[in-house]
Amino acid sequence: MTQQEALFAYCLRRGDDNLILSHRLSEWCGHGPQLEEDIALTNRALDLIGQARNYLQYAGTVEGKQRSEDDLAYLRAERQFMNVKLVEMPNGDYAHTIARCFLYDAWHLPLQQALMNSADEQLAAIAAKAVKEITYQLKTSGDWMIRFGDGTEESHRRAQAALDELWTYTGELFETDEVDAVLVKAGIVPEMGPIKAAFDAKVDAVLNEATLKRPADGFMMTGGRQGKHTEHLGFMLAEMQYLQRAYPGATW
Amino acid sequence: MTDVKNLEELFQAKVDGELKIEPKDWMPDGYRKNLVRQISQHAHSEVVGMLPEGNWITRAPNLRRKAILLAKIQDEAGHGLYLYSAVETLGTTREKTVDDLLGGKAKYSSIFNYPTLTWADIGAVGWLVDGAAIMNQVMLCRTSYGPYARAMVRICKEESFHQRQGYEIMSVLSKGTPEQREMAQDALNRWWWPSLMMFGPSDANSPHSAQSMKWKIKRQSNDELRQTFIDRTVQQAEVIGLKVPDPKLKWNESTQHYDSGEIDWTEFNNVVAGNGPCNKERLAARNKAHDDGAWVREAAMAYAAKKAKRKAA
Amino acid sequence: MSENPNNWPLWEVFIQSKRGLDHKHVGSLHAADAQMAIENARDVYTRRQEGQSIWVVPAVAISASQPDDAAMLFDPADDKTYRHPTFYQMPEGAKFI
Repeated sequence: MTQQEALFAYCLRRGDDNLILSHRLSEWCGHGPQLEEDIALTNRALDLIGQARNYLQYAGTVEGKQRSEDDLAYLRAERQFMNVKLVEMPNGDYAHTIARCFLYDAWHLPLQQALMNSADEQLAAIAAKAVKEITYQLKTSGDWMIRFGDGTEESHRRAQAALDELWTYTGELFETDEVDAVLVKAGIVPEMGPIKAAFDAKVDAVLNEATLKRPADGFMMTGGRQGKHTEHLGFMLAEMQYLQRAYPGATW
Repeated sequence: MTDVKNLEELFQAKVDGELKIEPKDWMPDGYRKNLVRQISQHAHSEVVGMLPEGNWITRAPNLRRKAILLAKIQDEAGHGLYLYSAVETLGTTREKTVDDLLGGKAKYSSIFNYPTLTWADIGAVGWLVDGAAIMNQVMLCRTSYGPYARAMVRICKEESFHQRQGYEIMSVLSKGTPEQREMAQDALNRWWWPSLMMFGPSDANSPHSAQSMKWKIKRQSNDELRQTFIDRTVQQAEVIGLKVPDPKLKWNESTQHYDSGEIDWTEFNNVVAGNGPCNKERLAARNKAHDDGAWVREAAMAYAAKKAKRKAA
Repeated sequence: MSENPNNWPLWEVFIQSKRGLDHKHVGSLHAADAQMAIENARDVYTRRQEGQSIWVVPAVAISASQPDDAAMLFDPADDKTYRHPTFYQMPEGAKFI
């Protein structure tokens, strides 16, 4: 695998994670539990869509085949998406949505902080911008975990159920393969070890304050990074890509 | 003690002198009720209005359009919020106002009971529906009630990109493939008349209009605003090569306005009465969001109470 | 009024648009606690770079003067023009005063 191939794959992974999660969050727009929260959640979706666009644009540049952000988002098939399964799971109740955001943010922040030191200037620049957004996202998703965990009996039960269900999808966040190996060697992406440590520390601290139990690290789902997804992704893409597929070559 | 008649005269003198009425000022009961009714209807329209556009967020044709649409719908939520806040200054809580909507007691703009069937509808909604709304909103920046006027100033500032993004969508479609063109024309055909209805009944049949004008809640009549909207929009349609679906539409040299056909008020009254294509869906969606959110709101309050108690201890 | 205790209370929001300027009242919102009120204010009232600092105050904590008292409170200042610099006549030719 050349460095260019690895970098292209890496940008797709980062882009797809953000793209698919922002899509899920955008499904809440107009349906949030309180008007103020609706606005906040949409801000989160907008931050993620911005990050996705940065990565997909860069992926197109790295690949060098003139593919735009929209070509990559709208004209790839299910097996070509490289996001983790965690982000494609349906929203579930609000506790599920928040718990997913929290787990994602707790991984995403240390990852992007480390990427600020990337030997690749573009990746470093994308990370520098994203870190500000994710710092706020992690703070607010953590605050909500604490509110739910230490709120009412019902919210505690829902938050714990969400964590228990989503936990098996967190293993994928820390998987590494040849793509990472090539780029780590070149100083372009960070080692996963310290990121996992930061994730563990943050999750433990928040769950402790939330009086929630950290699920045991048992079986972990895998496959997303190789394009082997849940059945949910196909439906999401069918909806998301519908216009581009129905009217090939049209401008919007 | 000043009697009510005297107070009413003083109040009207303030209004006539273009002094803004502020929350703690004495105001006639009718003025307060009229405002609560109008502002809350306006707020509900913003919030219910998120739904027909939200219908296309997950199918937006590219990432730029998706981000724009999200930001726009988010603005509508914000506008609903500013307006609910203005209602609260009149002594009616958001809870009460929202309950009236959820229970089907309160009205909102009927336009949002129409479905968004194709992507071009997102263009048409921005261009026509927001365009019509802006006409009203610009007028309301000068409304006599201070908090309402201030909310409207903020809303108008934010709203200005909404109409432009809608017109841009229509313009791109009308320059696109034959199918896209057809989509754009079809959307204009379906949204034109409902947009004209947004200005409300003609002045002769508008129950609240005269009093609202006297109190300077409204500053221009329904028909005046509608005419300005028609004049501007017909020109914009021409620029992008779309045809306004009114065979009677004709420039009138002597009035310097467009003459236009009759609005089908039977359809309007039907939709207002709850028989529009999407009345039930819209209300059901708002109720579901509210009901599903109950435990979230409760949890946040429970946690806030615990935290405050711990801090005090 | 039968307020549901699960409804979030009302907060008044003040935004400072730039360093050096006053915090200005911009509107209100609902939040369960002060922290959430600040976060909601950020999302509701500073989406277009309107602010760099936020104050939130529980609406119930604000006391306001009554319009009926306006004459008593504010009119007495009307005839005290000697509080304004333009009240004074300066001799011709004096500088920097």
